[in-house]
Amino acid sequence: MISITDAPQNPLPFDARSRGTPAGRAVRWLRTNLFASVTSSIISVLLIALLAKAFVSLVQWGYWNAIWIVSGNQSGPCRSIRGHGACWAVIPEKYRFILFGTYPFNEQWRPALVCLTFIALFWVSSRRNWWRKELVLVWAAALVLIGVLMWGGVFRLSYVSQDRWGGLPVTLILATFGLAFGFPLGIVVALGRRSKLPAIQSLCVLYVELIRGVPLISLLFMASVMFPLFLPDGVNIDKLLRAQIAFILYAGAYLAEVIRGGLQAIPRGQHDAADALGLTYWKKNGLIILPQAIRHVIPPLVNTFIAFFKDTSLVLIIGIFDLLTTAKTSIIDPAWQQFSVEVYVFVGLIYFVFCFAMSRYSRQLEAQSRPG
Amino acid sequence: MPTSAPEFPRRRRMRLRLNRQQINGLVWQIVVVAIAVAIIGWLWSNALHNLSVRRISTGFAFLGREAGMPIADSWLAYSPRDPYARAFIVGIVNTLRVAVVGIVLATVLGTLIGIARLSSNWLLSRLAAVYVEVLRDVPLLLQLLFWYVLMQGLPAARAAWKPIEGVFLSNRGLVLPAIPIEEANLWVIAAVLAGLSALYLLRRQLVARQMADGKARPLWPYALALLVGLPALVSFGLGASWTITLPELRGFNFVGGLTLAPEYFALLIALVTYTSAFIAEIVRSGIQAVPKGQWDAANALGLRRSFVLQRIVLPQALRVIIPPMTSQYLNLTKNSSLAVAVGYQDVVSIANTTLNQTGQAIEAIALIMAVFLTISLSISLFMNWYNARIALVER
Repeated sequence: MISITDAPQNPLPFDARSRGTPAGRAVRWLRTNLFASVTSSIISVLLIALLAKAFVSLVQWGYWNAIWIVSGNQSGPCRSIRGHGACWAVIPEKYRFILFGTYPFNEQWRPALVCLTFIALFWVSSRRNWWRKELVLVWAAALVLIGVLMWGGVFRLSYVSQDRWGGLPVTLILATFGLAFGFPLGIVVALGRRSKLPAIQSLCVLYVELIRGVPLISLLFMASVMFPLFLPDGVNIDKLLRAQIAFILYAGAYLAEVIRGGLQAIPRGQHDAADALGLTYWKKNGLIILPQAIRHVIPPLVNTFIAFFKDTSLVLIIGIFDLLTTAKTSIIDPAWQQFSVEVYVFVGLIYFVFCFAMSRYSRQLEAQSRPG
Repeated sequence: MPTSAPEFPRRRRMRLRLNRQQINGLVWQIVVVAIAVAIIGWLWSNALHNLSVRRISTGFAFLGREAGMPIADSWLAYSPRDPYARAFIVGIVNTLRVAVVGIVLATVLGTLIGIARLSSNWLLSRLAAVYVEVLRDVPLLLQLLFWYVLMQGLPAARAAWKPIEGVFLSNRGLVLPAIPIEEANLWVIAAVLAGLSALYLLRRQLVARQMADGKARPLWPYALALLVGLPALVSFGLGASWTITLPELRGFNFVGGLTLAPEYFALLIALVTYTSAFIAEIVRSGIQAVPKGQWDAANALGLRRSFVLQRIVLPQALRVIIPPMTSQYLNLTKNSSLAVAVGYQDVVSIANTTLNQTGQAIEAIALIMAVFLTISLSISLFMNWYNARIALVER
């Protein structure tokens, strides 16, 4: 009797795979990966031709013909090569404004330090062996530090009012605080939506569906126009804080749905066992159910974080100076007006680095949690 | 008996505990609802007070007033002297126009890229992966501004790019050849739709009869009659004309053809490319979710690769694909509201202008919510129906 599993896994003989000159191996690799069939060969040739053409024109534009630096805010040389080469000189000219907005120029080391604090905070929070209760204290300390650095007014730091903040720190603040407050809100709403109490359940459903049913922009319009209407006379909340509240409500609804997915994946036996031990509702959820549920949904949670980070750029529309708004504003300067492509590429790269790091991290977690 | 006496209170205590749980639940609900009502009531009374201080009357009466807002890009007849209600309808049509076209194009592009990612050709699959990674990790608004800037950097109408005869790409947008649609043409299109639905019913019947007796019946004669014969007859009868008009450059602008304004075109490109990256991932994971044994079995039967993909893998993958696809369609529709950033007047942008002109904040936001909730619900209903249909294929 011939068993199929006895057949070699790979039809190539052993020595043909691992031995041979490097050139021979390269040819074999090309044959299996690029020229396996007629169709595949045609696709490869076409793609190589297209890529070569795109690469050449990109290098010509972005490197060969590009201008990297100009002296004294003179965009003249850039204008003469417009269309043929990139004007990267706009970046050294404007990067301080793009990154930190209208923050007082001599104090810009403070927002720079804030950005580094945020990055360190993210890095620390991403370590698995750091997921302990002390992490909450680290977060609290870091947020206090960020507040002190941004506002100042103590330790001989000059006071900087909120309307002068801008650029990358604002993007990071909106995203981080939105998630930090939206996450507990999401947990409560997710539990509420799974609750057996009809009034609480329907309130949570209403909240989640209303927020998820409308575009974020309309929430931001609401924050910038309607919040003042809803507050009593004399109470005035800063524009940034209003947007922050809108973001927290928005994040809460989306995170609640992700967490609900995790709650649904917990087998009933866990609930029954916790009840049998006589745990109260909050103890049962806090100690038994939620830790497991959240662990289940870490990859989709990180994906939600990425989406949320990108969505903070929408504050451009209500005129808050986040990274994208400062980028767009920096090219209002008539001398540099024509070089927005270069600025957008630069800012896009910053967003990309953050999001790409998160998505890599999510994939790594997914690979770790996969059984086997 | 002494042993039975203590049992009573114990049982009672258990009952009491159960009751206490119920009472607990009731108290919780009352407390939460009371807090919610108190907050909403407080906000509402503040709002009423503020509105009366600012002399803004609540209600939708403003919809009948003259809007006075110009709308550049509209399929419906519109002038600034029309009322706000009309402006809103134009905005809704504009939103749907970009959302529907965007959904169709994003699905096609996303599916192609998703399949390309699984290609055995290394270069093709790497390219698709890079496309997905780059587009997913940059904010949509940034991409939109980028496309819009590129669009503005295109040559003027006089020096427009002409990739194919009759297609012009300039800073006035994309101009395509078009067939002028008149009433007769609409009737022909209606005939095609009627033919399609008749064919659908007929096919179901034929399949049912084949199930009964095992005899295959050809469908194509009916298809020919219903999809070609019937529309051709209607076209002849009404004398519809199908001449394609090529756009021409006259003076500073184009005459004839279909013009996609740069704002619309930039928004469409941004939405389609961005969403297609997400759709590609959904399609890829859907195809990968089909067990490898299905491929092996089909290969063992000697079926062609394209046939295997079409008839065996995709129908099974669709069941995994449809639910996340629905939320991508909803996202695309909601993201179309970014139009306001480039000045394409969709419903959100028009509501925003209305809000600034009249101060009717609550009403304007309520209208936006109503429009988007309606669209979201319709898409969800349609996709749920479709999902249920393909789920039934299981025998």
